[in-house]
Amino acid sequence: MKVSELCSAAGFTQVSADGDDREIGGVYACDLLSWVIGRAAENSILVTVMTNVNVIAVAVMADLSCVVLCEGVALDDAALQKAKENGVAVLSSEKPVYETCLLINKVMCS
Amino acid sequence: MSTALNMHYIVDGSDFTTAGEASTAVKMSLKKLGIAPDIVRKVAIAMYEAEINMVIHAGGGEADVMLESDKITIRLIDHGKGIPDVDLAMKEGYSTAPDTVRSLGFGAGMGLPNIKKYSDEMYIDTEVGKGTTVTIIINLH
Repeated sequence: MKVSELCSAAGFTQVSADGDDREIGGVYACDLLSWVIGRAAENSILVTVMTNVNVIAVAVMADLSCVVLCEGVALDDAALQKAKENGVAVLSSEKPVYETCLLINKVMCS
Repeated sequence: MSTALNMHYIVDGSDFTTAGEASTAVKMSLKKLGIAPDIVRKVAIAMYEAEINMVIHAGGGEADVMLESDKITIRLIDHGKGIPDVDLAMKEGYSTAPDTVRSLGFGAGMGLPNIKKYSDEMYIDTEVGKGTTVTIIINLH
């Protein structure tokens, strides 16, 4: 499934569309970025409530497919700019992390 | 073996939010050169963690990346406070990072273990009060 397809099917809001044609290879939910970069598999979605520019840097370094922000949190300006510059798709969910993961699982398994 | 390509970067230690610029540039360069994606990913992750460490603990420094026909060597040199106990610093979960860094998602004591995990060889040369040189080698084959 592509990031754009997940966004539509799950009803997420598109924050940054660049790179949303990437295939999703898995899901990793965590706010501790050192854990993310060390353990998230390539092409994973990162589900998080972290919004600083380092989130995008980690997504670039670890070759993640996209970032899904939960609970309606907003990226700061520097992070949004970096996401666009580096083609990192960012989606937004109003739900908490657990419910967001359940929704992603439901969409990807349907 | 002769060096095919050298890249040199100054790592600015004054702004944590811009940390990773050297790693980003190296990743893009290696991709353009056609290096295998799994190798590029290993280089990017290992170098990013080392760069972050350099900014957190040493106020920045310099990074050199040497691309040869069989390996990529990344050397990060800082003149910070050094590491008093390298074995302890290598343990997952051990960290001396300040709370400000933790609030940004780092300082979990995973930096050095992550570098080791994603490198084929890793060397730390450190002296308290003088600085640290971290050398990362990633084989191309």
